Amino acid sequence: MTTMAAATAGGRTARPRPATMAQALGRALRDSMAEDPTVHVLGEDVGTLGGVFRVTDGLAKEFGDDRCTDTPLAEAGILGAAVGMAMYGLRPVVEMQFDAFAYPAFEQLASHVAKMRNRTGGAMPLPITVRVPYGGGIGGVEHHSDSSEAYYMATPGLHVVTPATVEDAYGLLRASIASDDPVVFLEPKRLYWSKSDWSPEEPAPVEPIGRAAVRRPGRSATLITYGPSLPVCLEAAEAATAEGWDLEVVDLRSLVPFDDETVTASVRRTGRAVVVHESSGFGGPGGEIAARVTERCFHHLEAPVLRVAGFDIPYPPPMQEKHHLPGVDRVLDAVARLQWEAGS
Amino acid sequence: MTVQELPGAPAHRPTPPPAWKPLTDPAPLLPDPEPYRVLGTDAAADADPELLLRLYAELVRGRRYNAQATALTKQGRLAVYPSSTGQEACEVAAALVLEERDWLFPSYRDTLAAVARGLDPVEALTLLRGDRHTGYDPREHRIAPLCTPLATQLPHAVGLAHAARLKGDDVVALAMVGDGGTSEGDFHEALNFAAVWRAPVVFLVQNNGFAISVPLAKQTAAPSLAHKAVGYGMPGRLVDGNDAAAVHEVLAEAVARARRGEGPTLVEAVTYRMDAHTNADDATRYRGDAEVEVWREHDPILLLERELTGRGLLDEEAVGTVREAAERMAAGLRDQMNADPVLDPMDLFSHVFEEQTGQLREQAAMLRDELEAGQEPHGGGAEDAR
Repeated sequence: MTTMAAATAGGRTARPRPATMAQALGRALRDSMAEDPTVHVLGEDVGTLGGVFRVTDGLAKEFGDDRCTDTPLAEAGILGAAVGMAMYGLRPVVEMQFDAFAYPAFEQLASHVAKMRNRTGGAMPLPITVRVPYGGGIGGVEHHSDSSEAYYMATPGLHVVTPATVEDAYGLLRASIASDDPVVFLEPKRLYWSKSDWSPEEPAPVEPIGRAAVRRPGRSATLITYGPSLPVCLEAAEAATAEGWDLEVVDLRSLVPFDDETVTASVRRTGRAVVVHESSGFGGPGGEIAARVTERCFHHLEAPVLRVAGFDIPYPPPMQEKHHLPGVDRVLDAVARLQWEAGS
Repeated sequence: MTVQELPGAPAHRPTPPPAWKPLTDPAPLLPDPEPYRVLGTDAAADADPELLLRLYAELVRGRRYNAQATALTKQGRLAVYPSSTGQEACEVAAALVLEERDWLFPSYRDTLAAVARGLDPVEALTLLRGDRHTGYDPREHRIAPLCTPLATQLPHAVGLAHAARLKGDDVVALAMVGDGGTSEGDFHEALNFAAVWRAPVVFLVQNNGFAISVPLAKQTAAPSLAHKAVGYGMPGRLVDGNDAAAVHEVLAEAVARARRGEGPTLVEAVTYRMDAHTNADDATRYRGDAEVEVWREHDPILLLERELTGRGLLDEEAVGTVREAAERMAAGLRDQMNADPVLDPMDLFSHVFEEQTGQLREQAAMLRDELEAGQEPHGGGAEDAR
């Protein structure tokens, strides 16, 4: 493994070392700030503390309080101020501490951030990145585990991006900050400590927003997923080989824009699809994705497009969340149901 | 029984915490109990005649603008118009007090402030006509889009002023909000941010008595809206909102203070909305004629006209000249608004994102096909309503 190689080579810094997703995100912020003096980070606890997940660690020290600012505790105020900063030519990156804490800022997001380019006829785009740690699986108490992506997806004018790998965390956050459109950047918090061999000197490439990635090629069915559910799907795909299933796993990486091309091509190849995500199924992202797939692939489908989602309940207490979150078995059960026969 | 009295407890007393001290002395921040006035007082002698005459011309033009825009709603040329008749002194003073490099953050009722700042009257009305949300480039005029949600533009003003200061520009942002808007969370968050950041912002509350139909007494229990400033650590100023000279003076002081780096000010201008909330509202349901009549005697144009005439700065001929200029503006506005705007339906997809997404390209293609096939739009809407 590269990790071992780096260690035995005497720890030369250029060699890839294990880095966490949180570190890669921090590095993306740092590199963006170093390259572009208009990039400003603001939020509650992002300065001295370095963020509750330490993503912004060291930024205030390196760039000063004016570039990495601890704000009053007020999400609408943080995002509203970011709108004004962007109007004056800055490129604010806002941190919402937890998914459910972002709701007070929703009016700013829906009424202003998402609409400013449109309502000014293109005269005033807002290059704002809103970082939202989201999803469950870390034992967080109430209001610390919401999967809020459907709200953002349903708001025209926002890009909604969610990385599932350390490399994507870096590359997609760089791309989001560089984008002249507002981006809601959803960080799967249970993957913050996931690791990959990663060299800060040769960071992952910055890829355009809006392209899905085939994480595992396969022939018998497609698992369509993103963010925190990607590792679940990859594990399910490995387990399914015992049953003779060769599953393809597509990581969407971006919910808006949606990569119809990659998804459609995959499902047309495999003829079967399951959408997997943590957020509630009813009115959730899976319904939209299943509908799009059905509209484009109907004659290629051997079975209905299935959804494996969180239950339609408010996020449960941490000691119960294991029942709510889709796990490998639930994905495999859905895959088994893909052996569907007309009339059955 | 205290801890010390417990049998066998050690005779230990922890060091007491330091005495609490307020961060700021509230006294200098408190507004005067009575709204500040210039016209009809000794202070008027110090007022610059040139400024008073300019304010007068803008007030008359503004009143005519409000009347013309209201007339255009009756002719179906404007979807809706929230008139600022009676509040022209606030609108005009807010516009005239700013330098060109400064920014204005108007609410939906502040079209007149945007026009007084130099915006083309038709460009200022596109939102209310319904052809474009914002008919001008905000950066070109340093006027933010007219804001329909209440108080949400206030944090923008704070962020913009903060950004300007970080860049070393001595730019001031003036943000306008109504009495109802002061109840919103964004009002609180904006004022708090502005004070903590010492942002060069002036908040102008036009207290016109009503939030649609709800009177101030049902909106707040504060002694005045200007008093709210104290809680944020910024000065609150109370001014007669129908006294154009007083509003201009108080705002000018607040702008100068902001430009000197001394932070934000909250100004409450006490005024009255003479017309209904919009042309769609029936004001007789929530207020009586007698109340409106009292305010008619305190009309901003009347107050200034009386002062200028008394001081020999205005005669009938000069009044005539000002009124003729206002009529010319109104006629021009009428003519321009009578021409149907030329709209391209494909513009619907042009400015959602920098680059159209695949989904939007598909939808644009669908609409283009419909247009090329000559299909009549059947979704209902403003065109059908007329």
